[in-house]
Amino acid sequence: MTTVTTVAMAGLVAAGLLCLLRLLRGRSLADRVVALDALLLVVVSGIAVMAVRRDSDTFLNVLVVTALVSFIGTVTVARFIERRGT
Amino acid sequence: MSVVDVIASALVLLGVTFTLLGAIGLQRFPDVFARMHAVSKPVTLGLGLTLLGAALHLDAPGAKVKLLLVVVLQLTTAPLSSHMIGRAAYRAGTELSPDTTIDEVTAAELEHG
Repeated sequence: MTTVTTVAMAGLVAAGLLCLLRLLRGRSLADRVVALDALLLVVVSGIAVMAVRRDSDTFLNVLVVTALVSFIGTVTVARFIERRGT
Repeated sequence: MSVVDVIASALVLLGVTFTLLGAIGLQRFPDVFARMHAVSKPVTLGLGLTLLGAALHLDAPGAKVKLLLVVVLQLTTAPLSSHMIGRAAYRAGTELSPDTTIDEVTAAELEHG
């Protein structure tokens, strides 16, 4: 299981870096919001993989909260973009 | 490794693959709407598969409930947030990719005034 989680973590780090690159390059605010949303989902996956690796369920509360905050944050910024423009 | 662990490993790796593909799409696709399409579906699917794999591996009943709760939450909220970002970006006048062939919103507005 350790090998599997190591490979999975490597993949998630690569995905996170790609999201971060899009977050920095952006072009429009909506691009950055999409990238941030994806980055948070990658973080949620990473927490789950870490829980599997350590065989502990300590982090899982963080996982639920992160998933909720990612949704609320995205919707809030979407409303902001709609009012203010790009 | 038991059979359950093999299935869990396969699910986690498949989920990570989908997440990585979504992130690559986020880099490669030309405009906000295409990128959103690349992110919302594969990354949500990847997250769901990864969390299902984790739920198979972890033994505590609370852990399974929490992981499944996150999967359900993600499946219900991902379409909502994508829809809201897409609508906000379009109304804010975000430029479409030059490769766009059909713009149904503008077409409908021209037709109905």
